Amino acid sequence: MMQFIHKYGSPKYFYQWSKGWQRWLTVITLLLLGYGLYQGLFVAPTDYQQGESYRIIFIHVPAAWMSMFVYMSMAVSGIVALVWRIKVAEIVIGECAVIGASFTALALITGMLWGKPMWGTYWVWDARLTSELVLLFLYFGVIALHSAFENPRTGARAAAILAIVGIINIPIIKYSVEWWSTLHQPATVAKFDKPSMHMSMLIPLLVMAFAFKTYFLALLFSRTRSEVLAREKNTSWVKEIMEQES
Amino acid sequence: MKEFFAMGGYAFFVWTSYGIVAFVMIANVFVAKMKCKRIFKELRELSEEA
Repeated sequence: MMQFIHKYGSPKYFYQWSKGWQRWLTVITLLLLGYGLYQGLFVAPTDYQQGESYRIIFIHVPAAWMSMFVYMSMAVSGIVALVWRIKVAEIVIGECAVIGASFTALALITGMLWGKPMWGTYWVWDARLTSELVLLFLYFGVIALHSAFENPRTGARAAAILAIVGIINIPIIKYSVEWWSTLHQPATVAKFDKPSMHMSMLIPLLVMAFAFKTYFLALLFSRTRSEVLAREKNTSWVKEIMEQES
Repeated sequence: MKEFFAMGGYAFFVWTSYGIVAFVMIANVFVAKMKCKRIFKELRELSEEA
């Protein structure tokens, strides 16, 4: 385990193995997005209660799932950064925070645009909406801490602690719809019974969710690779790469 | 086709949602590409100095 983390987390080795991954993830993302959008916008039938407006869920639900998935990825790399002092994990915290914040903002905005015609209001201080907004501020906090110190490694450790403490908000978001039954409806897919959604709507939703996941990974690899190069610019392996380039 | 864009009267909400999501996701990729370019440029200048 230790060896594994140190090997795959060493900046040089990370830079090498992530290149192929980034390329394939990009290809898979484009294929999935194409299929998911086609199925979601053209093939899936109209909802008998919500009409066409329900099509927003094909982007809203994946964005909301990603807001939590990215947070957990960020917190896990926070633990790796604190315990093993892995440089790449320290960088990943900051890059996750930026991507996660944008997914959270998208989940909130698309939720508002769905809520207006369906609930009759853009915003209420419902438990789910409020805890998701708290998540956005947690991301902002991590971004701010990550870049608040002269030494980026100190900043990464401070941000890691905030990220780990903030995990408490994730189960609150997940179960907010059960603990406080205010306005947001409970889960339709992620629950123990079988999803209460027809296959023709469920498949595009899951394809879009998977596309968002590979999109996140490809983007994370791209951003982290750049940052790794920037931080390691004075090392011999980066100089070697630059010599090969020119 | 016209019917498709009308989204059963919900055109504004549906297309604004999809538009914002597309914009943010494409912008994220664009920013990452710019960052990569900037760092490579910086490194090239560094290796030319040396």
